[in-house]
Amino acid sequence: MNETLPLPTRRDEAWRYADLGALESVWADIAGQRETIDVPAGETASRQIVLEAAEPNVSVRTLDVHVGKGGRFALHCLAIDTDYGRIAVDVRLEDGAHFELGGAILGGCERTLEIVTDVRHDEPNGTSNQVVRSVLADKATGSFLGRIGVARHAQKTDAAQSVKAMLLDRSATANAKPELEIFADDVLCAHGATVGELDKAALFYMASRGIPPKEARRLMLQAFIADAFVSMADNDAREAMETKALAALEALV
Amino acid sequence: MTLLNIENLHAEVDGKPILKGIDLAIGAGEIHAVMGPNGAGKSTLAYVLGGRDGYEVTQGKVTFGGEDLFEMDPHERAAAGMFLGFQYPVEIPGVSNIQFLRAAVNAQREARGEDPLSAGDFLKVAREQAKALKMDADMLKRAVNVGFSGGEKKRNEMVQMGIIDPKLAILDETDSGLDIDALRTVGEGINAIMRKPDKGVLLITHYQRLLETVKPDYVHVLAAGRIVKTGGPDLALQLEEEGYEAVAEAA
Ligand SMILES: Nc1ncnc2c1ncn2[C@@H]1O[C@H](COP(=O)(O)OP(=O)(O)OP(=O)(O)O)[C@@H](O)[C@H]1O
Ligand SMILES: [Mg+2]
Repeated sequence: MNETLPLPTRRDEAWRYADLGALESVWADIAGQRETIDVPAGETASRQIVLEAAEPNVSVRTLDVHVGKGGRFALHCLAIDTDYGRIAVDVRLEDGAHFELGGAILGGCERTLEIVTDVRHDEPNGTSNQVVRSVLADKATGSFLGRIGVARHAQKTDAAQSVKAMLLDRSATANAKPELEIFADDVLCAHGATVGELDKAALFYMASRGIPPKEARRLMLQAFIADAFVSMADNDAREAMETKALAALEALV
Repeated sequence: MTLLNIENLHAEVDGKPILKGIDLAIGAGEIHAVMGPNGAGKSTLAYVLGGRDGYEVTQGKVTFGGEDLFEMDPHERAAAGMFLGFQYPVEIPGVSNIQFLRAAVNAQREARGEDPLSAGDFLKVAREQAKALKMDADMLKRAVNVGFSGGEKKRNEMVQMGIIDPKLAILDETDSGLDIDALRTVGEGINAIMRKPDKGVLLITHYQRLLETVKPDYVHVLAAGRIVKTGGPDLALQLEEEGYEAVAEAA
């Protein structure tokens, strides 16, 4: 039955940076697979997704989330450890609902890792906040595609995106693509995307205090990606996430 | 014993010669002040000694504790006992002073084959030094230099120096940006930390005022990439009165 779903192409906006060759190797098994999450009105739910190495080393996770009136959903995720890794989330927000995303994309070699979100503010007063931090080395490609749709009557929507990437090598690539489709007029949509390299002056400053280069890079990168996890309410869960992120960083510094 | 020995040091930045034959030896127990006009190469000298990228040594030799300095990476120079106080201390967002300094102290200890300091022991040392330099201990928790005022950054440099307890301190205009009280506190801090028979200081400054507290054994005038005059503490007074130009010309 899966065969009926065709392999995506790069002409699909949401797949424009995907590694379709790698995807093809697992497509028969995963086509159409989505996990549905329904957060009832007024309730709070959270999820963490950490991609794991597999054979073949491809992992695609797709969530379909609906947050009821005044509800709240938080997703924290790590796109790591896979040759092609994709975390895709479709979110529909009811009146006054909130979606929080904190994601880190950490990769080296020739990996292609991506986080793709489609957040639909269908009703008024909804809020969303998406923070994505990428650290890319070698020939890795890390992408964030964040589509935000605000319906005509979804007034007082506040949808924010903060996307920052750090390239450890000039051969790595970061893509950040916000896509805003706003049909209401009383909305806030703050979004910012930056791509940078580690501050050489700070690295020298740390070296001058005796911190070896690898450790200096690790300290700075750890601080850089921490932004993605500050919104985690549960301290233990945050620490677990940061530990996994740190292990992935270790391979890059 | 000579701590630092600089012989005929030439260095360039972006292909432009800046240091043009510096000779300077700092013995154990000595404090040397280096003064000189803007653009003379004072910070360049500090950076070359610290091993900053982009500062290319084209001639000459420097030994530190008898070892060839240029064979050591910047972090190895620190572990060998060199401390660089920056004219413009660098901000490191997201990394707390505590985290930064503990990493520094323990990396140095590891490089010397010593056991790491526990979090508790480290915090004790850090608090003591903050107190000695009249820095609010809460600032230790803040991200390194982020949002610190100019004077606070300089004071923070000295707290770091106190915690690291180096053999040789190269202090680049640690006094600029400090108010009068802070200047005295920092001067006394330098004396308390560095005025020891086995230590040495290279103190880069524009002002006589710091030298009233930190009394130098030697004063050097660096102009256009060379040391054009060396004298005792009186030379600083003479410079203050007559200016660099007159003194350098007479040399
Ligand atoms: N990247 C560079 N390219 C070209 N020239 C440079 C570069 N960096 C520094 N210089 C020059 O090197 C010279 C020495 O600079 P340095 O910062 O060492 O001076 P200084 O003695 O510390 O001055 P100040 O008292 O103003 O701090 C200056 O003329 C400066 O313009
Ligand atoms: Mg200078």
